[in-house]
Amino acid sequence: MSNWQWDTFFEAFPLVVEGLGITISLTFACYLCALIVGFIWTFIGRMKMKPLRWVLSWVMEFIRSTPPLVQLFFLYFAWPMVPYVGVTLDPFTCAVLGLGVHYSTYIGEVYRSGIDNVEKGQWEASKALNFSTPKKWTKIILPQAIPPTIPMLGNYLIIMFKEVPLASTIGVVGILQLANNYGAQNFRYLEPLTIVAILFLVLSYPSALLIKKLENKMNRRFDKKEALHSMKESKGAVS
Amino acid sequence: MTPKGQAPSTGGLTLSFNESNKYKGVITISAIADIFPALIQGVEVTLKVLFASIILGYSMAFIAGFCRLSNNIILRSFTGFYVEVFRGTSLIVQLFWLFYALPMLFNFDIGSNFWAGVLAISLNYGAYMSEIVRGSILSVAKGQHEASTALNMTRFQRMRLVILPQAVRMMLPEFGNYLILMLKSTSLVSLIGMHDILYQGDLLRDANLSQAPTVYLLVLVFYFLMALPLIWLTKKMEAFSKKGVATQ
Repeated sequence: MSNWQWDTFFEAFPLVVEGLGITISLTFACYLCALIVGFIWTFIGRMKMKPLRWVLSWVMEFIRSTPPLVQLFFLYFAWPMVPYVGVTLDPFTCAVLGLGVHYSTYIGEVYRSGIDNVEKGQWEASKALNFSTPKKWTKIILPQAIPPTIPMLGNYLIIMFKEVPLASTIGVVGILQLANNYGAQNFRYLEPLTIVAILFLVLSYPSALLIKKLENKMNRRFDKKEALHSMKESKGAVS
Repeated sequence: MTPKGQAPSTGGLTLSFNESNKYKGVITISAIADIFPALIQGVEVTLKVLFASIILGYSMAFIAGFCRLSNNIILRSFTGFYVEVFRGTSLIVQLFWLFYALPMLFNFDIGSNFWAGVLAISLNYGAYMSEIVRGSILSVAKGQHEASTALNMTRFQRMRLVILPQAVRMMLPEFGNYLILMLKSTSLVSLIGMHDILYQGDLLRDANLSQAPTVYLLVLVFYFLMALPLIWLTKKMEAFSKKGVATQ
């Protein structure tokens, strides 16, 4: 640890922490965008038109398997140059759209799996009881589809938080960008970058633990096999 | 620090965009013909980084996964610390830290930006995948352990002949997904100055901003084309892991 300087650390710390507000608000903005666009993907995916679904699956595959960094650059540098529809976007909006749409393809899959996991009998029952389509969704399907996906969605919030520093490459002044600026001015990257790493760890590790706890709780609630098993065991104990 | 802010060094690249005003953002065949060969130069670097990180990343996953299951508490907690640190911070921060901060801390050079990039990607994804390795090994039925112990197998034989063949099968689908994630993350090495596809694209953009849409679309297509075999492989791995397994 020959080169570690504590006074640099304490000098850089308040400067870097200033960017935390932007980083966190960007995380939530991107996440909200992903949740909304993910819903749109799921909605289109459930339409009856086969060619549309086919195109959609390729579009999603394309977005998912190309780097978010390139997508950010495309939105920031190339979008203003596109004829007719191109507009100049500020870095924050760019990051929200780029990262939001990228992760929406993953979030869409989460929604889809949640809906697919609702048992067939529930669909049939809602039909048999003559539920209208909106009522079927709001009263029967969604209340059962959404809760099991909450831990997965929470995981994606943490993943999003860790992807947000990518936005520093197009000039969003989050903690990483502030650390880079400090490093460029003082020729010391060690302490500011370590501060950034510590901030990420301190924020994401407890949230990951929280999500894990939530997941265990949800598993206990929704794992029907386990519930059945425990029921049988308790019956066995009685007799 | 931010390569995007720097003036581009078009060094050896001699590209002429004399007719550039004709394009004005519209994608034309001649623009593609100009850009394509320049981007091709970056493919080699991207693939090199990808293969090196795949090999190192999977080795790291198995090493860390086994270490977390070992009986030695020091080994176990040290690996746990590694996994949590690398899963808790983001890849771009780790990359910058390895490239800019580590040489400063210990006064040693990591060698090149190639190794910084490969190490960052493989350590990061190795940490994620070690959890898969650990989880798969733990989810092999307990009876298998007991049966192999009853057959008087050594610890090593048990793992090699009974547990691992069943565990690897469970790992495969997840491993396939991480292949594509690793491919996507190789684009980050352009930020530490490696001449990969994205870097070549940035040079072209700086040379002529009005061509940016064509350039970045082509970069995206390049990445997608490289991802296609990996997607196919992932599907194959998924099918393989499902084959012959009784569904409960």
